[in-house]
Amino acid sequence: MIDREQVLHVARLARLQLDDGEVTKIAGELSSILEHIEKIGELDLDGVPPTSHAVEVANALRPDEPRPCLPREVVLAQAPDVADDGFRVPSPTA
Amino acid sequence: MSEITSLTAARAAAAVERGDLDRRELFEAYRERAAADDLNAFLWVADEAPSTNGGPLGGVPLAVKDLFCVENVPSQAGSRILEGYLPPYTATVVRKLVEAGAPVLGKTNQDEFAMGSSNENSAYGPVLNPWDRTRVPGGSSGGSAAAVASGSAPWAIGTDTGGSIRQPAALCGIVGLKPTYGAVSRFGMIAFASSLDQAGPLTRDVTDAALLFRHMVGYDERDSTSVAFPEPVALPTAQRLDGIRLGVPEDLTGEGVEPGVMERFEATLALAQELGATATRVSLPHADYAISAYYVIAPAEASSNLARYDGVRYGLRSNGHDLLSMYTQTRHDGFGAEVKRRILIGTYALSSGYYDAYYGRAQRVRTKIADDFRAAFESVDFVVTPTSPGIAFPLGAKTDDPLAMYLNDYFTAPMPLAGIPAISIPCGLSEGLPVGFQLAGPAFSENRILDAAFALEQAIGFDGSAVRD
Repeated sequence: MIDREQVLHVARLARLQLDDGEVTKIAGELSSILEHIEKIGELDLDGVPPTSHAVEVANALRPDEPRPCLPREVVLAQAPDVADDGFRVPSPTA
Repeated sequence: MSEITSLTAARAAAAVERGDLDRRELFEAYRERAAADDLNAFLWVADEAPSTNGGPLGGVPLAVKDLFCVENVPSQAGSRILEGYLPPYTATVVRKLVEAGAPVLGKTNQDEFAMGSSNENSAYGPVLNPWDRTRVPGGSSGGSAAAVASGSAPWAIGTDTGGSIRQPAALCGIVGLKPTYGAVSRFGMIAFASSLDQAGPLTRDVTDAALLFRHMVGYDERDSTSVAFPEPVALPTAQRLDGIRLGVPEDLTGEGVEPGVMERFEATLALAQELGATATRVSLPHADYAISAYYVIAPAEASSNLARYDGVRYGLRSNGHDLLSMYTQTRHDGFGAEVKRRILIGTYALSSGYYDAYYGRAQRVRTKIADDFRAAFESVDFVVTPTSPGIAFPLGAKTDDPLAMYLNDYFTAPMPLAGIPAISIPCGLSEGLPVGFQLAGPAFSENRILDAAFALEQAIGFDGSAVRD
């Protein structure tokens, strides 16, 4: 049901590198999982509204007032690579 | 076992309150046990008791699932991709409990990003079940459950998305409560499936669950889905179940359930009737679709939530020759097999052309499941089931079959989809291993659930001291 090409397409969308061995294994696993999931296709759901949150809450709004956030050095302390007070990453076009 | 650690959390707190027990001595008794834990239940244990300012929880130390951020304490969600991460802030629920007098004892092992029912998906190795070390403790809050069951923690918090508090509680012979969605703040709880995730207590008994839950609830402006709990959380006192109507799902016939589990379930139901409850069959026609809907919604939301792990701001980074290959290689190296599977299922279900057939439909099924429960609660007070179709299974027994693993959630997945609370209490042994009895009620019925569970607990008289003392 799901072939290697589809797995690779979805992995690209998810920014996930897969090894060759993983692709074949996952194609088989996803096929059996999707087969089970497709059980929901049996139901007549015309006119049934979707539930996105189980308990009804109205939009939670607050005044748009500036507040202190975490200090820059505290946040950058967790970064794998830092330069010039920012996160350093490889060039997008290297 | 020392006398100190044989006390339930509520009794220890009361002893501290009376001046019969010293907070530091209490913390140290557990710290020693947690540091010596040989079940791999803990990923981090505190060095020393923090200075405390008192509080109603009496200094009774708390084990915290690795999924919760605790400032400057390793918080890795059981994942390699968060290796070495020291959060600059603390989850609201942990902060509330610490302020109420429950200092953090340690961080407990879990399935990576809470995805699993056996704790075998942790990047830091599986947790062993204290009742039989060749078996799983359940998951994903397996470390929290094993720590409480084995007496290396007096109580713990975990999270439940499809059963991750109740199922390990059942398999380890302790109490686990999944609260109403929104009752407990999710701020600082590393997100898995945001519309389902809910934090709750794992404890030795129902009284401890009520006491811990009392200090977990509350609106938090940092979680826009949180709501104020409508009434004070009471400590349970019920001795009888007179007038309580229990509903057993019509399709619960024993098929797909281990005979020993079904036998304990039916014996407990009979006991409830001796206490004055009535039992009838209720129709939950869409419950059978819960696993399918769950395994669309949870992976879809996870695929979105886990997009943030890209090697830029925290955690693991792998080398890449450009930005994109750094992202893809970091995620390849940092995520385990189950997390990858769920990201791929979720991304597929949300991808162009498939959204309506999967995520859209699953959200409509969710409405039907919630409607089923609403209708059931017009004629019964609680819906009752076994918590898990089986007892703790051997390590490795289901790791090669993801779908078989997912079916462990059969009885626990419908409640988070409906947003309603449910508790698992131990109701005896099958083949020498604990069996859980689940009670689910309407939104915000926790006080009634805890009361009914307490009455049942007294009648059952389950004794977990064999693996604790």
